[in-house]
Amino acid sequence: MLRFIVRRLALMVPVLVGLSILLFVWIRKLPGDPARAMLGERATDSAIAQINQVYGFDKPVLQQYFIYTGRLLSGDFGDSTRDGRPVLESFIEQFPGTIELTLAALIIAVVLGVPLGFAAGRRIGGWLDNFVVTGSLLGVATPVFFLAILLKLVFADWLDWLPTSRRQDARVEATHPTNFYVLDGLLTREWDASWDAILHLVLPAVALGTIPLAIIVRITRASVAEVMGEDYVRTAISKGLAPKLVNRRHILRNALLPVVTTIGLQTGLLLSGAVLTESVFEFQGIGGYLFLSISQRDYPVVQGYILFIALIYSMVNLAVDVSYGLIDPRVRVS
Amino acid sequence: MTIPLEPQHATGVPTARDDDEPGVSLWRAAWRRMIRNPAAIAGALIVLAFALVAIFAPLLAPYSEGVQDWRGDVTPSDVPGPRDGNLLGVDRYGADLFSQIIYGARQSLIVGVVSTAGGLAVGALLGIIAGGLGKMADTIVMRIVDIMLSIPSLLLAVSIVAVLGQERKSVMIAIAAAQVPIFARLLRGSMLAQRNADYVLAANSLGLRRRTIVMSHVLPNSLGPTIVQATLNLATAIIEVAALSYLGLGGGDLAEAEWGRMLVAAQDRFDESPQLAFGPGIAILISALGFTLLGEGLRDALDPKGRR
Repeated sequence: MLRFIVRRLALMVPVLVGLSILLFVWIRKLPGDPARAMLGERATDSAIAQINQVYGFDKPVLQQYFIYTGRLLSGDFGDSTRDGRPVLESFIEQFPGTIELTLAALIIAVVLGVPLGFAAGRRIGGWLDNFVVTGSLLGVATPVFFLAILLKLVFADWLDWLPTSRRQDARVEATHPTNFYVLDGLLTREWDASWDAILHLVLPAVALGTIPLAIIVRITRASVAEVMGEDYVRTAISKGLAPKLVNRRHILRNALLPVVTTIGLQTGLLLSGAVLTESVFEFQGIGGYLFLSISQRDYPVVQGYILFIALIYSMVNLAVDVSYGLIDPRVRVS
Repeated sequence: MTIPLEPQHATGVPTARDDDEPGVSLWRAAWRRMIRNPAAIAGALIVLAFALVAIFAPLLAPYSEGVQDWRGDVTPSDVPGPRDGNLLGVDRYGADLFSQIIYGARQSLIVGVVSTAGGLAVGALLGIIAGGLGKMADTIVMRIVDIMLSIPSLLLAVSIVAVLGQERKSVMIAIAAAQVPIFARLLRGSMLAQRNADYVLAANSLGLRRRTIVMSHVLPNSLGPTIVQATLNLATAIIEVAALSYLGLGGGDLAEAEWGRMLVAAQDRFDESPQLAFGPGIAILISALGFTLLGEGLRDALDPKGRR
């Protein structure tokens, strides 16, 4: 197992190095000059030359890349050309928000999706199955941002049940030792702050979680239906095992493998979707900031953030592969 | 001569027997299975309707694209809803909402089809190189695909549009690029799965050239899943076109109706005039649903074993 993990980690290195080279060259092809974007259209040539020198934009691309990677290795991801903040610092500050949102969306998707898919897969063609199949088709076809707008309209404007923007009400007194707002409230015993943060998470998480929910339901359903036809399930049932035991030990455990893969793959989608969801709900995570940075040619931020996201994505995929071994002993052997 | 009864005959459900007659090609058999699947038919009808609406928009729409004749009726507090002469009301710029939605189908269809075709072409090429040329090519191509897959697709699309500038062309390239790794990986996988099939061994032992084996034996037998994926990707492409517009990266001519942009425009008037968002939102939903149903119908028809 350990050897497997080490080998996979080693394989990630060329992917990330390749990505960093591509990103670096690619982003430098962006139309528009970052120095001019910082100083405005009427900047003098000497001011622009000075900025280019400070940030190293005047050096050959290859040399810029080696300077950049040298700094990366010492943990320096550069500073934003917009607000001058270190990229690493703003990422660390905003990422907890995105993690909270992504986790909340995943929880909704898994907690609803696996049992629904299981129930549907046990009785293919039943009313629940038909309902689940129709619902999941609609879920996949609905654009995240359209759903977000609808949720905002119904639950915030018409019913006035839930807040629609930001991560916490400005009037709530809260201190943020970790920037995980829900956790912060629990740590500092400011229960109101935690509760308020949870309320702020509901709508964005539902919007973001719908597509993964639909996909998880379908995969679980298909996988359960397949396992139901296996000989060992028939044997277990006919030898009179308690249905609960058959469900858990024979069906669920064997059906779970593709479900776990899907959950892992969805994480990437969730990070993508977070850009849209965060902008609809003005949620302060990495998505909104990254989007702004792209449109304003903030090289260091775009490079750093996409690298971080790719790194996280690869780690999640590794975790998925490792969890295979835990669920299915056959994988461990090969 | 009696035909042995198959179990399904008892239930009155037509059997797969006629599909298995010698001489019935894979595609004809798939077609027969497909026309018996109501969901696939529904999907095909939606897709057909969507394509017809897009092509014949000028004939179907009551008013021309972008004619803002009712500009005077739009006030800061009110955007007229459904009424005589405007089936769905007017949009916030004073154009007929129904006509705009009909014209919007054009953008979605053109961008969706062109970008998926582009992604399919490049992805399939990479897949054929990886799956057909041997180990070295496989390793190189799959590493590139791994890199592309390490960025979530919408982020990839957003950064490509940012680099190429906000034009229709860059939106197409961006959405196509996001699809390339999917097709490459899929086609490679199904080609590798065919590599040890008996007919490949037979072709090999007959001394056929590798190119002939790959192009006329392995490839045609590996295409099914790719075609299914292309149909499903059309749904994603339509949603992504709208998503890019929604993020302000849609490009294209602002006078042309586009569903994603219509949703953005609707957003700040949504409280009093929700129909502004429902129209384009539901249009995106239905067209994406159509391609999804059709794609899944195709999958079931091409691979009856995997049918659930």
